[in-house]
This record gives sequence, C-alpha cells and structure tokens, in this order.
Amino acid sequence: MALLELRGVSKLYQLGGEEIRALDDISLELNEGEFVSIIGPSGSGKTTLMHILGFLDSPTRGSVSLEGMEIGKASSRELARIRNRSIGFVFQSFNLLPKLNVVQNVELPMIYAGLGSRVRRERALKALEMVDLGNRLKNRPSQLSGGQQQRVAIARALVNNPRIILADEPTGNLDTHTGELILALFRRLAAEGRTVILVTHNPEIAAVTPRRIEIRNGKIVDHVDARLAGLHRPNPEQVPSAT
Amino acid sequence: MNLFNVILIGLKEVWAHKFRSILTLFGVVLGVASLVGMSAIIQGMENGLRESMIAMGGADKVLLQAQAIPSYQDHLADQAPGRTLVDVLALKNGAPLLSVVSPEMGVPDVIAAKGDKRVDPEEVVGAWPEVLAMNLHTVEHGRFFNSLDEEKANPVCVIGTGIRDALFEDPDETGREIIPVGETIQLNGQPFTIVGMFQHYSSERDAKERALKKLVEIKAANPNGPKRSKGWGRKGGWAFWRKNHTIYIPLNTSWVRFRIAGDADGIPDPRLTDIDLKVRSMDQMEKALQQARNILLVTHRGIEDFSFQTQENQIESINRQIKNARLSGGIIAGISLLVGGIGIMNIMLASINERIREIGTCKAIGATGLDIFIQIIVESVVLALLGALAGLVASQFLVDLLSYISPTGNTPVITWWAQALAVVFSGGVGIVAGLIPAFKAARLEPIQALRYE
Repeated sequence: MALLELRGVSKLYQLGGEEIRALDDISLELNEGEFVSIIGPSGSGKTTLMHILGFLDSPTRGSVSLEGMEIGKASSRELARIRNRSIGFVFQSFNLLPKLNVVQNVELPMIYAGLGSRVRRERALKALEMVDLGNRLKNRPSQLSGGQQQRVAIARALVNNPRIILADEPTGNLDTHTGELILALFRRLAAEGRTVILVTHNPEIAAVTPRRIEIRNGKIVDHVDARLAGLHRPNPEQVPSAT
Repeated sequence: MNLFNVILIGLKEVWAHKFRSILTLFGVVLGVASLVGMSAIIQGMENGLRESMIAMGGADKVLLQAQAIPSYQDHLADQAPGRTLVDVLALKNGAPLLSVVSPEMGVPDVIAAKGDKRVDPEEVVGAWPEVLAMNLHTVEHGRFFNSLDEEKANPVCVIGTGIRDALFEDPDETGREIIPVGETIQLNGQPFTIVGMFQHYSSERDAKERALKKLVEIKAANPNGPKRSKGWGRKGGWAFWRKNHTIYIPLNTSWVRFRIAGDADGIPDPRLTDIDLKVRSMDQMEKALQQARNILLVTHRGIEDFSFQTQENQIESINRQIKNARLSGGIIAGISLLVGGIGIMNIMLASINERIREIGTCKAIGATGLDIFIQIIVESVVLALLGALAGLVASQFLVDLLSYISPTGNTPVITWWAQALAVVFSGGVGIVAGLIPAFKAARLEPIQALRYE
C-alpha cells in the first residue's frame, strides 16, 4: 500500500468567470523512503500539487489518501493535525518566525502537537544536532546565513518525526556549495526511510532524485523512475550544481 | 498548546514593537488610572463623610427637633410648649430605652474675647455633662463642669482648641502648645473662667499631617520657625472645625446669664435649642423612639410640635450620593477603558496584517484555527493586562498628584476592589478587542497566507 496516493485529482479555480485547471486528473503514488522530485516551469501547477500533497489544500475532484485513509475532504482541523504529525514543510524562503530564536522555531510544531517543554527541548536539540546547528541555538533567524536558516527550517520539519518531507525549491535561495550540502541532507533523510519530495523548476536539482515527475499545464507529462529504468543512482560526488 | 507558551509568545510580540505597544497601552493605562483614581476619590469622600458622621455623634444619636404643628392642630399653635427642660427630665426618668438625654441651650451671637483678640465661636451652648457622651467630646486639659457649677450657675466654660488658637496662640504657628485653663475670657462682655479644654479633633489625614509637621520641625531644630500659610478654607473638614470651635457653659449659666433677662417681649424664653437622645441599642431604635414619643405627647399635651431625626436617614442619603458618584465615575472611566480597547483592536489588526505569512507558516506546520485564535486573544489580553498593571502604578501617582494639587480632608483611598475591578475589566476589554482580529487570523487560508507578500 502506498504511503500517499492521489487518484484523479483535479483542482479548478474560477478566475473572472473563466475556469482554470491548475491540476487536471492527476494520479500518483508515493511510497515510504522515496526520494522524489516534482519538476515543472512556473504556472505548471506544481505548487498546487505540492499544496495538495502537503494537505494545505484539498482537491476539487479526486481523492487523496494517506496510509490508505481517504482524507481528501477532511475538515481544516483534521488537516492541521495531519500537517503537524505527518508532513514536514521546508519552504523556499524558509519562513522562520523572526521573533523566535533557533530552538524556539524548531519547537513550534511540537507546541502545536501539545508536547511538554522538556520533551520539546530534547527533541529540538536532537534535530538541530542532526543538521549540524547545535551551536547556534540562541540566535535569531536574522543572525544566520541562508544555508543555516534552511537547516533550521529542515530541523523544524523533522522534529515531529513526519513520514513525508516536502521541500519547495530547497536550494533556490542558496549558493551552489550550500545547496549541495542541503541536497545531501535530504538524500540521507530519504535513506533513513522518510519520503522526501522536492518541488523545483530546476532540472539539475531534479536530476539528483531517482524518481522525477514532470508536470506541465496541470498534467503529468513525464514520469522517470531511475530504479525502474535500471539506471544507477547518481553518485553524490557528481551532484550537479544547484543554481 | 499550553497557555504559558502562548503568553510568552504574546509578550515577545509586545516587546518586539515596544514603541507601538506603549502607545497602544496608553489608552488602557489612562483608563485604569482614571477608574482606580475615581474610585479612590469617592472612597475618600465616603471615609470623610463617615468620619464627620462619627464626629457629630455617632449613628445611635437622635435629634429631637422642633416641627411645625400639623394642620389639624393649628388651633392649638399658641399653646405649643416647645422643647423644654420638662421634656428632658420626663425622658430621663420615663424612657429606659434611652441611654443619654442631653439638653442644649444655645446662646446666639456670642463674641468671645481675650484682651484685644476676639473670635466668633461656632456655637456657645449651655449644656449638661451628658453632652460629652452625646457629642463624643474628650476633655484633655482641666475638667468639665459639674453639678455644683450647674447648681450655682458658675461662669465657667470649656473650650475647643479652635477657640484657644484664636484667643491665645495657635501651636501650629508658634510651635508650642498653650493650655489656657484658669484664664478668663469674655463672652459678650461677661467674664468666664476656662476650666477645661477639649482635645484637638481632626480627621486621620489632618492628624498625620500635624505629626509630620512636628517631625519636620524637630529636624529643622527651629521650633519658632516662620509662620506657615494654611491657605484658604478650614482646617480638616467642616465637622472637625465646628467641633473645635465650640464653647460649652453650664446650662443653668446660659439661662441665668443670657436668657433670664428676657428677649424682645421681656419674657424669658425657656425653650431649649436642642435635645439630643441616644438610644440604648440600635436594634431597639423603633421602640425607643416610640417610648420617647409617648412621653413627649404627655408633656406637650398632645401637641405634635416635635419630630425625631435619626442619623440613619442621613447615612442613607450619604450612601445614595456615594452610589451615584460611584456609578457615574465608573461609567466615565469605563468609557476611557473602552477607548483603550479600541486602540488595542486597531493595533492587533495591524499586527496580524503584518504577520499573515507567519500565521500561514504556523498553519502549515500544524496550528489549527483555534491555536491561532487563542494566540491572538492572548496577545490582546497580555497587552491589556500590561496596560492595566501600568495603570495601577499610574493611578498611585494620579492620586498623589490629586491630593497634592487640592488637599482636602477626604484623602483619596485606593481600594483593592477597585484595582481588581480595573484589572478584570481590562482583561475583558482585551478579550473583546482581540475577538475580531483573532477571527480574522484564524480564518486565514494557509495557502493564501503563505503567498501573501
């Protein structure tokens, strides 16, 4: 059974009497431990797809199921709970809260999960250790570099131990070298058994992942799975530059 | 999501925009300060009135007053006896429910003089020793007159400190207290010997001020310091001023020396100016008055030319006035608090508009609408309560300022319940002011919020 399954998902918008199909009949299965990229130019519908995959939005038609449970039409409260427990978001512009320091930012999802302060502190420190930021706990986001902020955002995404990690243009705001480090981190997370989904417009980033889903005009136009094609996973040393 | 964290985040949010928050808080600060200040002033008034009430003789005091004869007895008007010593003796012997009966024969238009100093006393009254218990007087120096003075109509008097201040020396001005017992003064030209002097009566505040002055004087080591201006008005409230400007003489003396020569008609007027009663117990007020009434109807031959006035009536009217003052003051202060609340709502709306992306982020990582709602409400309440706390401090200064600008006998008193009320009300204002912004924030769609630039 697939971890995350989309069946016939469409998303329609009404814009000035005109109907816009942001997503058009998309069916997709994502399994545990997969490292997937969703690629497409801007306006292709990939952001809408990411929102639906991340339970920020619900489809107009079709069904979305998580671990076999249909939740395409869940209430906003249930969706919030799923986002909290099962999904880790890494935003393009990191979206750290500027008034909280690094630890507090990482603790935030656990606050919404209702965990006690000792557990929160412990798990936040562990997550920050994992992304090599154990020494910048008390800094504000504005005192960190882009790469460090991105790693805080990743720690925040990891801290509730979600099954799925969704990253929107994870290297878009980073220089080449930092971008490579971040991608390596994602690969490691996938290897640990999490499903990591990168959403990007950059084919070179997408090339890092064994499975690539290309989307254009709301439809899946290309679906490459390196494993099925019998191709080798790219060597980490040959990760293309992420610009 | 536990409350402590939410409050912490709320405080951070307030701290992050210090200047803005302070400006916003100002409305609440002023509202709370005016609420607490207002109630302090009213409380001061109330205390002053109650003090005066006690100074005038306590709640169990009943005045026997002359009253116009009812119309159905008009034909008996010329036989109305008025209040005389006959009534006093009858009440004393016939009304066991009364504990004190005190007759007073006032002497009008008396000028008291000593050498070239003169004073117009508030009252010169011929009385029995009962008057001490009735009007709560304490003789501090010398003695009160006794039955021998009464019997022989001796020209003796007991004075209040105000008379002493006017005819001898005011200790406030000279720094030393003179006790004029044994001195002779003139009352309308007749010599009277001072046999006693009452203690100085003052409100609590006045007493404190005197003590402070004394302390300062000792520190300055200058007992004959310059004369201080006491400003306009009477010292220490009307009731105390009046009590300090009293001269008592024996009842018989007032009769013999001021009445017996007759008035305009050449007939001496035997009527008393006052008969004051004290009931033995407040619970039996009704019965005691009925008893007194029955006796007086006998001595007055059925003519109802008298009535009773209890302090209870007065206390009631005082309470009513205070209630009214409290209500109107509370409404005005409430309005200013409400204005503060509008300020908070305004700033909360601005604040959530600034933080739409942050709210979107929180929702994306699992905050429910309720979480956001509570967050905003708590921030609003934190803002309001900070304002309330600052307001409590400000009210202290406000009250000090008020009593500095216009010192009265009625020192404003800050009460804990006014403070509690102000804090609770501010909290309520905070909640109400936070409702609309909180609804707005809670209903934000996460995607729209995340896209917001």
